Amino acid sequence: MKLGDGIFAREVVPWLAVVFWIAVVLFVLVELVSSDFGAAVQGFIQGAFGGRRLAYLMTTLSRAALITGMALSVMLSFRAGLFNIGGEGQLVAGGLVAALVAVLVPGPPLLILALSILAAMAAGAAWALLAGALQLYVGVPLLVGSLLLNYPIRYIASYLVAHPYRDVASGMVQSHLVPQATWLPYFPGTRLDIGILFIVVAAIFAVAYSHTTVHGYQSRMNGLSPDFARTVGLPVNRLALQTLAMSGAIAGLVGAIAVFGIHHRYIDGMLVQPLYAWTGIIAVLLVGMIPWLVPISGFFFAAIQTGAAGMERTAGVPKEIALVVQAVIILLVASRVSGALLSSSDRKAGGGGDA
Amino acid sequence: MLDLLFDPSFFASVPRFVTPILLAALGGALCERAGVFNIALEGFLLAGAFAAVLGSWFAGSAYAGALAAMIGGILMGLVFAEFNLRRGGDAIVVSIAINLLAAGLTTYLLRAIFNVTGAFNDAGIVGFKAIHLPGIAAIPFLGPLLSGQTILFYVALAMVPLLHMFFARHRLGLRMRATGENPAALQAGGVSPKRVQLWALVGCGALCGLGGAQLSIANVNLFVENMSAGRGWIAVVAVLLTRGRPWPLFAIAVIFGVVDSLSFRVQGLGMPQQFTDMMPYLATPIVLTALSWWRRRSAQ
Repeated sequence: MKLGDGIFAREVVPWLAVVFWIAVVLFVLVELVSSDFGAAVQGFIQGAFGGRRLAYLMTTLSRAALITGMALSVMLSFRAGLFNIGGEGQLVAGGLVAALVAVLVPGPPLLILALSILAAMAAGAAWALLAGALQLYVGVPLLVGSLLLNYPIRYIASYLVAHPYRDVASGMVQSHLVPQATWLPYFPGTRLDIGILFIVVAAIFAVAYSHTTVHGYQSRMNGLSPDFARTVGLPVNRLALQTLAMSGAIAGLVGAIAVFGIHHRYIDGMLVQPLYAWTGIIAVLLVGMIPWLVPISGFFFAAIQTGAAGMERTAGVPKEIALVVQAVIILLVASRVSGALLSSSDRKAGGGGDA
Repeated sequence: MLDLLFDPSFFASVPRFVTPILLAALGGALCERAGVFNIALEGFLLAGAFAAVLGSWFAGSAYAGALAAMIGGILMGLVFAEFNLRRGGDAIVVSIAINLLAAGLTTYLLRAIFNVTGAFNDAGIVGFKAIHLPGIAAIPFLGPLLSGQTILFYVALAMVPLLHMFFARHRLGLRMRATGENPAALQAGGVSPKRVQLWALVGCGALCGLGGAQLSIANVNLFVENMSAGRGWIAVVAVLLTRGRPWPLFAIAVIFGVVDSLSFRVQGLGMPQQFTDMMPYLATPIVLTALSWWRRRSAQ
């Protein structure tokens, strides 16, 4: 009995406290806009899991797929001890290249789809490698370099779809539609595109890579103890670049899925505004980088976002409430999630080039 | 072309771009020296910009706005302290959360309080007036640079030597450096390192808040969603690069201010906005590359 009490006090009470605080924050925020709390909750549940023929649930699932994809991408880096927070730039590079290749290159649809996805993965990988090269050869910490590279690509993409490749007739800042034959089909009888399957494949690949290959083992070793990895003579620089390239490729793939599965073109800001990359990062951090929990936390955050959109529709609560709630969740669990990988002191400076 | 770029109004615009980055970076320096790995400057800055508009609009005074901005920044600092210092959350995780919190909360409150989306632009927002220094204004180049700026710029300028003195002489400044370098020694001396770090976070919040006020009630009189637009991150880079020493920080802030203001000018000359917006972020890796090259060369 005493043991049970101890576990209850240690494990359950803190989580109850988390739920309590989130409820308090939600209540205060909803009261601020003087909406009906009950209606807001109803709107939230409807927006996340309901809708006619479960349309909103499908939206949540497809968003969860993108978030999980970005989470996988950063997880590969984090587990190798690389603080790559440039997923957003890699995602944008992938989405932009996928849309442009599909719009500009003629050919049979399936070939074009494959080519675009490969090009998107290459673009994401290249953008990640750029950050890696900045760290290894110039001495810009990865934390800083990868983050700063988020901005130029965002503006490059914005320029390309605002001027040379703009669909002028649409009146919006966006590229032309990719050929309809290249659109990812829906699962039979639903409104959910098959992009989620690509993420599942990427996830299986990531886990298999991490746990069954020599490279995966070595990069995890590098993440857990860089000094040890260096001392036993692992090629740490090459490992870092390989890992970054894989992270970037997965981010690029996610960008391509967003293009072919959801938007069918590149719209300015479509990958930045929903904060897919940042949500992916917090989805990984929430579960302490345990791979099989990542899809669950990805779904959880996707549901918060689509649910908030539902609250906005039905109860007039601004959907940015989702950002606040996500931040509060991360803050409340921060002390339980940081894990060994992020707290080692030599990573505090972003693992500088000469470290 | 060059005289089109470097006319007096260019020099007059540089301080407007230097001030927010400098104030945020000086705040970051407090944390850096005290051993708090704070990369949430972006969020602090954004919270300050919003609070400045809030205070200025409700109280009808720019000074009230600046005060509110400091309070807004300090509140963010206290959130950081609660979750990082007291509950022991990882600094990077807490920073990411605070950046999201600031982005979400400012947009949410913009709609909740002012009932607008995107931007709040109202005649009720009182901004800072430019201060004209009679003698100095006549000096070529330096005149427009130093005269006709808002008080926040002069505060930021004064903070550089003040902070330098603070770290070199003041008891709390020395304790902050001790906390950053050897917290155990400080603990042995009977001073709580966490308390010192709390003060660093409070100071950082106040300075970042003022930087935010420069963005929203000195450069313009309005609040736009995410108006910090990455400047906090540039401040983080500046802090990491200089290890939080005030004078080198000042030099870097000036470089970024010049690039920022240059990009604003070439946009007026017809360059697409996307390219000019990119300039500060391209300048950063270039400056870093140059610095590392220079360091390596001088090390040989």
